[in-house]
Amino acid sequence: MGSLRILVGCKRVIDYAVRIRVKPDKKGVITDGIKHSLNPFDEIAVEEAVRLKEKKLAADICAVSIGPQACQETLRTALAMGADRAIHVEVDDKTYQTLQPIHVSKILAKLAADEKIDLVIVGKQAIDDDSNSTAQMTAAFLGWPQATNASKVEPDGAGSVTVTREVDGGLETIKCKTPAVVSADLRLNEPRYATLPNIMKAKKKAIDKKKPSDLGVDVSPRIEILSVEEPPKRESGAKVESVDDLLTKLKGLGRI
Amino acid sequence: MFGRLMTRLRECSHSWSAYRRYTSVTAEDVTAFRAIVGPNGVQTDGLDAYNTDWLKTHTGHSELVLRPKSTEEVSSVMSYMNERGLKCVIQSGNTSLVAGSVPIDNEIVLLMGRMNAIESLDTASGILVTQSGSVLQTLEEYVNERGFIMPYDLGAKGSCLIGGNLATNAGGLRFIRYGSLHGSVLGVEVVLPDGQVLDLMSQMRKDNTGYDLKQLFIGSEGTLGVITKVSILCPLKLKHQTVALLSLKSYDHLLKIYDKIRRQLSEYLTSFEMMDALSLEAVVKNLEQSHPLGSHNEFYAMIELSANDKDHMESRLSQVIEELMSEQLISDGTYANDDNHNRFLKLKSYRERIAEGLLRDGYSYKYDISLPLNVFYEIVEVMRERLKDTDCLKVVGYGHIGDCNLHLNITSKAFDKRIKTTIEPFLYEYVAKHKGSISAEHGLGLMKNSYLKYSKPVEAIALMKQIKKLFDPKNTLNPNKVLPND
Repeated sequence: MGSLRILVGCKRVIDYAVRIRVKPDKKGVITDGIKHSLNPFDEIAVEEAVRLKEKKLAADICAVSIGPQACQETLRTALAMGADRAIHVEVDDKTYQTLQPIHVSKILAKLAADEKIDLVIVGKQAIDDDSNSTAQMTAAFLGWPQATNASKVEPDGAGSVTVTREVDGGLETIKCKTPAVVSADLRLNEPRYATLPNIMKAKKKAIDKKKPSDLGVDVSPRIEILSVEEPPKRESGAKVESVDDLLTKLKGLGRI
Repeated sequence: MFGRLMTRLRECSHSWSAYRRYTSVTAEDVTAFRAIVGPNGVQTDGLDAYNTDWLKTHTGHSELVLRPKSTEEVSSVMSYMNERGLKCVIQSGNTSLVAGSVPIDNEIVLLMGRMNAIESLDTASGILVTQSGSVLQTLEEYVNERGFIMPYDLGAKGSCLIGGNLATNAGGLRFIRYGSLHGSVLGVEVVLPDGQVLDLMSQMRKDNTGYDLKQLFIGSEGTLGVITKVSILCPLKLKHQTVALLSLKSYDHLLKIYDKIRRQLSEYLTSFEMMDALSLEAVVKNLEQSHPLGSHNEFYAMIELSANDKDHMESRLSQVIEELMSEQLISDGTYANDDNHNRFLKLKSYRERIAEGLLRDGYSYKYDISLPLNVFYEIVEVMRERLKDTDCLKVVGYGHIGDCNLHLNITSKAFDKRIKTTIEPFLYEYVAKHKGSISAEHGLGLMKNSYLKYSKPVEAIALMKQIKKLFDPKNTLNPNKVLPND
């Protein structure tokens, strides 16, 4: 009997295909008028939640996104894929610049407690900051087990979940009691295209709006961005005609 | 004398008969070419890839591939070939679907890929000037970054070169919105078969001065001259694109939604394609992709919309889709906008990779015909019935329904003469009967030149032959292709 209540984290990020440009004031990257989409790993997290519901192992899926107004679009994507409801925790643009996994995980932890969640599923990392920290911190704040970098998630419907994790040496399988926090890795699933009936239904689903203060979370900055710069331009290489040439050149550059 | 003997023996060893259709290339010729294009521009070994077409329908026996870097080199090469009586086939991306750019026998292959310099893009007008060897996808990315798009798009964009696209008057996925290359090309630079450089380059939108010669080269399939430079008008890139895949129960349903969508979304519509169940299956099964909808149906429409205002476009699209669903004309579907570029491209790939998917069956008999919409799909069903006692694997229909252009494809494990003779000339007679075109966009090349009479009258063909003779009296360029041999 599956009655898991799932919370899925959905971060709105600059789309992977966009060419990132640094702002003239070097305090960040240009985001105005730039295409944003649902973080690919979070998309996989949403897909997994929907599949669990289709297998009747989950009863309710709540998608959450933290950020400015435009996050509502990200939540509509999650709703169209099959999430039942959504919560938008609104943060203004300026605060969003310095929002860190520690803030996000406190918010997710509070929501998980309030919404009586059994399983928190988030992407393993966001493609903008590559922090790979939110799942871990959320579990710590909740005192729940964590199963990160998941490539398979199998709840047994009786209070435990078996997760196969992608680790450096291969695959590791662990079993933990629910409630638990899981982070999705690339090979967990292939997200679906939302079908028209679901896209239509999603328009009518409610998005609950909250503020971090409603959840008792302080989102004041803990870091100061000093500067953001592009990586140094890759210099062109040089071709040499023979091994002797190569050695001479390397010696000349002080490499050998 | 010994040199000539060795050449002859080499010729014999390449085939059972010592006969080579065209004048053979000698060692002196190779030396002469090396002096023109440099040692890196000459290749005499490992030519298999250049001798066979993408569909693997024909393999030639060229012994020499040349890679010029500039118009001057092309001019010198052509002039030499013309004097010597050598034959030449111009090859761009080798993506022709009618074996138009592979040697029939021992013609020299003139590869255009090294001439890929993008010269300029005037951001006020959108006029792009480029050498003809630029890859279409490279050009698309270049102009995208500057706020424009190419006026045409094809599935082969990663390999095809703009020169080849012009030579074949490529149509493609954006034709419904941006029209033919005959309209968007403003100027060309061409090297004539005798080496003369013909400068018809222009950056003017309008120029009514004399006979518009560039139009002859567009669609000439490499038989009248070598296109070396192009100036083309690029439309503005609209900020947002959305692609929708809709599934339908019958061809009749498809026609009805086509009419409604065409009317109600005309200001956004940039592409309207159709595929039948088996074409989609070719991508899903043969290329091991997941089914985009999870539910199967008989027909699919793939439409692309572009706009500067995303919300407005999507709300209009969703209104129209809701109406079509409530009228039960659409069974299912999905759409993706290009904010998520990955998902957007993946959805489009279900249409763009059909040819690739079908090729995995083994051998494809490809037909690209124009037919009036009311009989558009009928020919697929007629063919299916006709071929039911043969070893064919699939009969599919897909294509640019917005342009009345059907890609009829039949596949089998290997080439089967019985299948071919069951299809031809019946198919061409059917097309002629409905006053359609036997080759909507693929051209004639080697595979269809004998069937030109099904789409053009005798007098027209006679005039075409005169024009060929005028431009290429020694028949240097792409001999025995495009025009019929009789």
